[in-house]
Amino acid sequence: MNKKDQKFIKRIRTNILKLTFSAKSSHIGSSLSIVEILYTLYFNILKKNDRFILSKGHAALALYCILYEKGFITYNVLNTYGQDGTRLMAHVSHKVKGVEFSTGSLGHGLPVAVGKALYFKTNNKKNKVYVVISDGELNEGSTWESLLFASHHKLHNLNIILDNNKIQSMGPVKNIIKLEPLKNKFESFGAKVFRCNGHNIKDLKKKLLIKNIKKPKIIIADTIKGKGVSFMENNNLWHYKNPNIKQLNQALKEINKNYA
Amino acid sequence: MRKLFIENLVKLNKRGKNIYIVINDLGYNVVEPFSKIFPKRIFNAGVSEQNMMGMSAGIASEKVQVFVYSIANFSTFRCAEQIRNDVDYHNLPVTIVSVGSGLGYGNLGYTHHAIQDYALMRSFPNMLIISPGNNDELSSSLRYIVKNPQPSYLRLDKDEIFQKNKRKISIKPGKIIKLYSGNKKKIILTTGNVQEIAKKINTKNYSIYSLPIWGKKTKNETLNSIKKFNEIITVEDHFHDGGFGSWINECLKKSNKKVNVCNKYISDKVISYVGSKKYLMKKFGPKR
Repeated sequence: MNKKDQKFIKRIRTNILKLTFSAKSSHIGSSLSIVEILYTLYFNILKKNDRFILSKGHAALALYCILYEKGFITYNVLNTYGQDGTRLMAHVSHKVKGVEFSTGSLGHGLPVAVGKALYFKTNNKKNKVYVVISDGELNEGSTWESLLFASHHKLHNLNIILDNNKIQSMGPVKNIIKLEPLKNKFESFGAKVFRCNGHNIKDLKKKLLIKNIKKPKIIIADTIKGKGVSFMENNNLWHYKNPNIKQLNQALKEINKNYA
Repeated sequence: MRKLFIENLVKLNKRGKNIYIVINDLGYNVVEPFSKIFPKRIFNAGVSEQNMMGMSAGIASEKVQVFVYSIANFSTFRCAEQIRNDVDYHNLPVTIVSVGSGLGYGNLGYTHHAIQDYALMRSFPNMLIISPGNNDELSSSLRYIVKNPQPSYLRLDKDEIFQKNKRKISIKPGKIIKLYSGNKKKIILTTGNVQEIAKKINTKNYSIYSLPIWGKKTKNETLNSIKKFNEIITVEDHFHDGGFGSWINECLKKSNKKVNVCNKYISDKVISYVGSKKYLMKKFGPKR
């Protein structure tokens, strides 16, 4: 990771931790797992007329922190996250400047993204559509319904990034509803599939920039839930819990060290 | 009503409107006049209502109007959360069309009866309900919704033979329309069931009004147009709970004016039986 990227990544993770603490909110692990994915999209990939949908709406805080870095919202607005009377709710909201679509109930983002991609393709528009989905979201039938449709209509402008952090609400994905072999599943549904390290910006960028694919693209981004804080990593507790002051300070210390 | 609906959309698109249709593998021998002329503006989502509705919201979010066409329960209950979160919450120009209102698909059984749809659709804050009672109401409502695109639910009768109004009508949300001038003290108010009622009663003994467009946000308009009456009989091909009559009762609760209301609706007992629409309506429909 270069110095500039590192500086942003550190600040985004720091803000996620501090704001989860002050709002006493949840889903800290889910937000920490997509920091590099969102950063790569917003700082390297998305063009003016492209569309981005965060289908795993419970990681809203990660997106709000990115929108702050991109100048869509001010620091004061960001700081209202989760507080009484704010629009920055804990599931991503289109009432916040820069947010394309509200989500929060899983399995909604991909169908909406498919509608947008279909519209652009049919009208010969160059806009691309990007959507981040979660692995738990692959339990939803609607995700697979829309994948079938996207493949049938060869929506080459549709880019799906799977945040494959391998943990869902009640525990490890493999113990709840087995998803692997994911690559084979997606390919059999008619998508072009790539796999990468979801915390490696260079790797993400490389896969996202692969061109001339005539069908929907899926990137399985292998990630770590709670990435960057040792006691939050791969620990399901941090899907729910917000840190106390001692845990916050410990977490911030680790982020400072890991992204120095 | 289905054919007239499609004819209207073709006509409006020819006049330069940007209307799309999404279906869930239904509409055989109905949608063809549209797909022949506008093949790139109609999509078959297959038998997948959640994707159909989410995708329609996605298309509509790119600033075009989408009509989602299906039968009764499929475009409502099967994808209720997509309607709530994707269409209504985002206030997108999607019109959800359900064919076979009430007991229109009587002998197909309870799975295909649309007798709780108002209850669901009228709970959404941005949703307009459009329930035309004849061809003129349908055409006029369509002109309104294409001119004022917003989340809406269009409930169509399966039958094609519908008489016309005597004079041209203009429909506004929440406003009632007088269809038959009879006894001025006996008021019948309905949404969508104009013909059913006119067939059964002597229209000289009652004045029949219709309310083709209504919803959560039009309660005040309706209250203002009905509080002049002393007695109202509401008639609908829907359950009482969450239905049109209940909605009228709620409108009147907003005023101190005392209006006696009698609600006529479909009996819950219809659930156990099948039969033609005529049979089911006679046995379980609104009673005189």
